[in-house]
Amino acid sequence: MSRYPGAIDCDIHPTVPGIESLLPYMDDYWQEAFVSRGIDGLEMASYPPGAPISCRADWRPAKGRPAADAATIARQSLDVMGTALAICNPLTGGQVAVSESMGAAVCRAVNDWICKEFLDKDARFRASIVVPPQSPELAVEEIERRAPDRRFVQVMIPVAVEMMLGRRYYWPLLAACEKHGLPLGLHAGSLHRYPTTSNGWSSHYIQDYVSHSQTFEDQLLSLIHEGAFLKFPGLRVVLIESGVSWLPGFLWRAIKTWRGVRAEVPYVKRSPAEIVREHVRLTAQPFDAPDAAAVARIIEMIDSDAMLLFATDYPHWQFEGDRAVPEGVATPVLAKMLIDNPIATYPRLKENPTWA
Amino acid sequence: MQRYVVAPAAEIPPGTRKVFTVGGRPIGIFNLDGEFFGLLNRCPHQGGSLCDGLITGLAVGDRPGEFRMIRKGEMVRCPWHGWEFDIRTGQSWCEPAKVRARAYPTEIASGAEVVKGPYVAETVPVTVEEQYVVVEF
Repeated sequence: MSRYPGAIDCDIHPTVPGIESLLPYMDDYWQEAFVSRGIDGLEMASYPPGAPISCRADWRPAKGRPAADAATIARQSLDVMGTALAICNPLTGGQVAVSESMGAAVCRAVNDWICKEFLDKDARFRASIVVPPQSPELAVEEIERRAPDRRFVQVMIPVAVEMMLGRRYYWPLLAACEKHGLPLGLHAGSLHRYPTTSNGWSSHYIQDYVSHSQTFEDQLLSLIHEGAFLKFPGLRVVLIESGVSWLPGFLWRAIKTWRGVRAEVPYVKRSPAEIVREHVRLTAQPFDAPDAAAVARIIEMIDSDAMLLFATDYPHWQFEGDRAVPEGVATPVLAKMLIDNPIATYPRLKENPTWA
Repeated sequence: MQRYVVAPAAEIPPGTRKVFTVGGRPIGIFNLDGEFFGLLNRCPHQGGSLCDGLITGLAVGDRPGEFRMIRKGEMVRCPWHGWEFDIRTGQSWCEPAKVRARAYPTEIASGAEVVKGPYVAETVPVTVEEQYVVVEF
């Protein structure tokens, strides 16, 4: 008996086994470039492949990359959980490359690879279109190229990009997301164009990891106060692996300050909390809280049963066994979190897939 | 209901405000181009001296990056947390349905009228020639 029958897993991480898997999806120039320059790996600094958090021990293969093929993910996660649909969020260096052209080439290849190796192999898979945030123009091109395949249900970028996300520089990207009914997923991670904290570079991973919720706050504040949700009323933003528990305190501070200083941004006519509750969703793994009582209190303080999305964050090590939902989520919220909220957030999940 | 003579109108020129103790209550009298309005000098949010705050207009915008100032001089911002209140009504901008500053009916009466009564002129010497701010509660 699976644990969450019919659930929609809004965050799983297939791993690109290596550059050789992507070469078939690159043109002659980039194939030659990656081979002759000896570029491989393409890991994100946020998830060093050998770090315990990057793959739970019982999911780690004896050799090679974890979560590198559809059958393994189905066996280790989808079948165990009872997952009806799972959204693939592959994390690769294409999204952080310093060269925007190389970044775009990797993103294109990753999207085509996920299509062939996951979407075509198991009908339960859906995917995010990974795009190069280094260039909103190239990101839009990739959205236009991949959006017609309705199995792509989201556009995904790392949360820390090269500028505050609400700036007009990114509006073409936001417009493309809105136009295609694709939420913009902001995944934990950084292009590392700036230090990982606002006081400079941290010495340890522990600092980066804990302080990262600040970056989610920064980007939400930017989207709200540059008026992005006013400009793009259909835009939905999903915070992936944000940790969740920072949200109530953030909302309170955002409301308090808006009430006092809102004349700075007179076009923001609604409370930031109201805007966030309408436009923003969060994957619920990890949910950084000590116990069931705290989880329940935090959900109560968020004051919405529509915002949390079920996610395993597979193969990242966030829980043991099959207990992917944090203890303390009350039954009515759980039911919404597993199925209703994902479907409301990703309109394409309701559709029958039109195979590309 | 009692009508209180607060001050000679000339004491509060257009565009200014002054706080008085009227019938034991701290009340700010605002002169908006010759129209007078009274607000309790206690912010309904957390009790700050609302009437001592910045007198300003209403910042509005309908699109991202649009900044316009309308109703110049008709809003007051509490010095404690910056909440904005409509001087004419006491209504707060950010919680208009729930939070409003206590507003007092305020008008101008001539000295001749005031002398006839019934008014409480606690500390204000009244002469028939002058105009007076009168508050009722």
